[in-house]
Amino acid sequence: MSEHEQDRNAVISRVLEERKHQPGALLPILHGIQDVLGYIPREAIAQIAQALNLSRAEIHGVVSFYHHFRTSPPGRHTVYLCRAESCQSMGANQLVEHAKAKLGVDFHETTRDGAFTLEPIYCLGNCACSPAMMIDEEVYGRVTPKRFEEVVRTVKEAA
Amino acid sequence: MSVTIYVPRDSSALSVGAEAVAGAIAVEAARRNSDVILVRNGSRGLYWLEPMVEIETAQGRVAYGPVAMKDVASLFDADFLHGGRHVLCIGPTEKIPYLQKQERLTFARVGITDPLSLADYAVHGGWKGLRAALAMDGATAVKQVTDSGLRGRGGAAFPAGIKWKTVLDTSADQKYVVCNADEGDSGTYSDRMIMEGDPYVLIEGMAIAGIAVGATQGYIYVRSEYPHSCQVLAEAIALAKAGGYLGPDVLGSGKAFELEVRKGAGAYICGEETSLLESLEGKRGMVRFKPPLPAIAGLFGKPTVINNVITLASVPTIFANGAAHYRDFGMGRSRGTLPIQLAGNLKYCGLVEKAFGVTLRELLYDYGGGSASGRPLRAVQIGGPLGAYLPEQQFDTPLDYEAFMAIGAMVGHGGIVAFDDTVDMAGMARYAMEFCAIESCGKCTPCRIGSTRGVEVIDHIVSGLEREKNIALLEDLCDTMLNGSLCALGGMTPFPVQSALKYFPNDFRAAPKRKVA
Ligand SMILES: Cc1cc2nc3c(=O)[nH]c(=O)nc-3n(C[C@H](O)[C@H](O)[C@H](O)COP(=O)(O)O)c2cc1C
Ligand code: SF4
Ligand code: FES
Repeated sequence: MSEHEQDRNAVISRVLEERKHQPGALLPILHGIQDVLGYIPREAIAQIAQALNLSRAEIHGVVSFYHHFRTSPPGRHTVYLCRAESCQSMGANQLVEHAKAKLGVDFHETTRDGAFTLEPIYCLGNCACSPAMMIDEEVYGRVTPKRFEEVVRTVKEAA
Repeated sequence: MSVTIYVPRDSSALSVGAEAVAGAIAVEAARRNSDVILVRNGSRGLYWLEPMVEIETAQGRVAYGPVAMKDVASLFDADFLHGGRHVLCIGPTEKIPYLQKQERLTFARVGITDPLSLADYAVHGGWKGLRAALAMDGATAVKQVTDSGLRGRGGAAFPAGIKWKTVLDTSADQKYVVCNADEGDSGTYSDRMIMEGDPYVLIEGMAIAGIAVGATQGYIYVRSEYPHSCQVLAEAIALAKAGGYLGPDVLGSGKAFELEVRKGAGAYICGEETSLLESLEGKRGMVRFKPPLPAIAGLFGKPTVINNVITLASVPTIFANGAAHYRDFGMGRSRGTLPIQLAGNLKYCGLVEKAFGVTLRELLYDYGGGSASGRPLRAVQIGGPLGAYLPEQQFDTPLDYEAFMAIGAMVGHGGIVAFDDTVDMAGMARYAMEFCAIESCGKCTPCRIGSTRGVEVIDHIVSGLEREKNIALLEDLCDTMLNGSLCALGGMTPFPVQSALKYFPNDFRAAPKRKVA
């Protein structure tokens, strides 16, 4: 087992230990794992199934139902662009096109340098400052194409 | 003497630079040896002025906004610490007409207090409602809610008192209070503002609900799109627990109420109450058949009060000031106040809490200031992605659940999204279908398949392919979804589509013929 795999398994075991006794523990467990690893690795599904006494198919069914969970590693940062109505009324569709062109990816894809994964999102509750986006857990409002480029550059350089 | 400065930490204010402004103020104050106390409040909801900085002066608070980091030095130069004149000065906050004309009951403290300060909360009337509720028996407490006329603010407008009474009257070894903080509708952000700007009012409301119906455990199900809200709530719950407002012995009453935050995972359907309960139980968020009602067999099969954030946050004021005080606001069967959220293409987007009865036109023009683009407003969508699109001729409708129903629309969660005349309504109808296809839980065929077909049919219509035939097909499809869906996602997606077709038929023509106006 590689060091990386050992670390990963340690994370999964720790999260399971911490959360498996909560009522309705599955979502908290999946969040706990994804918060640290960035995704839900295949190995985790088997371990969770064992810990919660559920079938692997059941766990997979839950993971695949929710847009938030992913089963492959994302880029270093995830850019969520709001596609919902309020943002559309303030130019979100053009912003989406601009972002895709600038990053050179479509939704659900990761840039070639591994810096950004682009995801659609449906309202960030920032509709009074539309159009809006979120990068990792930071929200940005009144996003023009120019501001998009500035923010993306700053986030990349900060890493 | 030190000066108190307020810079919001509401996520919308942060989204336009509040953190950098707060940082710059701290640095500048230190450099000039100014003695300041920086408080990170919630947002007053005047979002076009965010980041809005307020200074506590002898005459009350004075507001400056929108403040950018580069303005900070000049604000100090203008002696803003003593309310000095500056181009960004708005004057006394309380005198801003947008705020002055509001009737803030549920939002009374938002933007005024430090969201996490228990002392601030108590000084501004906090926990009065909980103390009153603790002195009542369950039936009396539930009657307060019934008498207030409070209806659910999450969309369906079901009387809260009836729901609570059902839970009270159902005997069980365990009952739950679940707060629906999924706030998935576009154009809505009042739940978020409460959670980030006055979390204790929600905690107090849930504790009252628990004490009233005999539930000892509460959950707040917050959507994963709101990381800031999750964080503030978790801190607030820990502090409330340490202060004795939550836990095994609420305020020394011998009654227990525990509270926990649970994070959703990006599924719109998990705002539907039964699907939310499935999700809380750790399953796919599939909608349950009703009956049984959640009030009888809800979370883990136990009687459960499930209410929206605003519904629960409205409860403390009802207990603190009496049911009649709350009921006396409003019109018809819509009692009390509604936090209305102005969004989209408006000059002054923000939160307006008003008694029911205010008209759309007042909201769009008197508060909203008309379109942000300066072009005519053409359509507004109310009540989220399942709400109808209304044209100008409906703008005099008063905000009232029944009045909206009468014109085939709904108030929903009180979110209003405005569009100017560049909007393509066929595009919006297509988006409604697309959204339903992405978010359907998959249980019923009309919703799961119909929405995908809906997108295709609209594409055919606008490309001029057998237009008449395809419009008839779209209408037929809407009918099937309306009548054959288990929940409102499939059942109401036709509303935005049908209203777009009805009021804006010219947008559904092949592209070259469209938009000559
Ligand atoms: C598709 C769908 C999505 C919903 N989303 C929400 C939501 O995000 N927040 C909410 O409070 N209620 C939502 N509801 C309404 C809830 O099902 C339920 O009526 C509400 O939680 C009850 O609380 P209330 O009576 O306090 O409004 C949704 C309903 C449907 C059908
Ligand atoms: S209408 Fe759609 S979302 Fe609602 S239960 Fe049926 S398939 Fe699920
Ligand atoms: S619609 Fe984009 S933040 Fe609400």
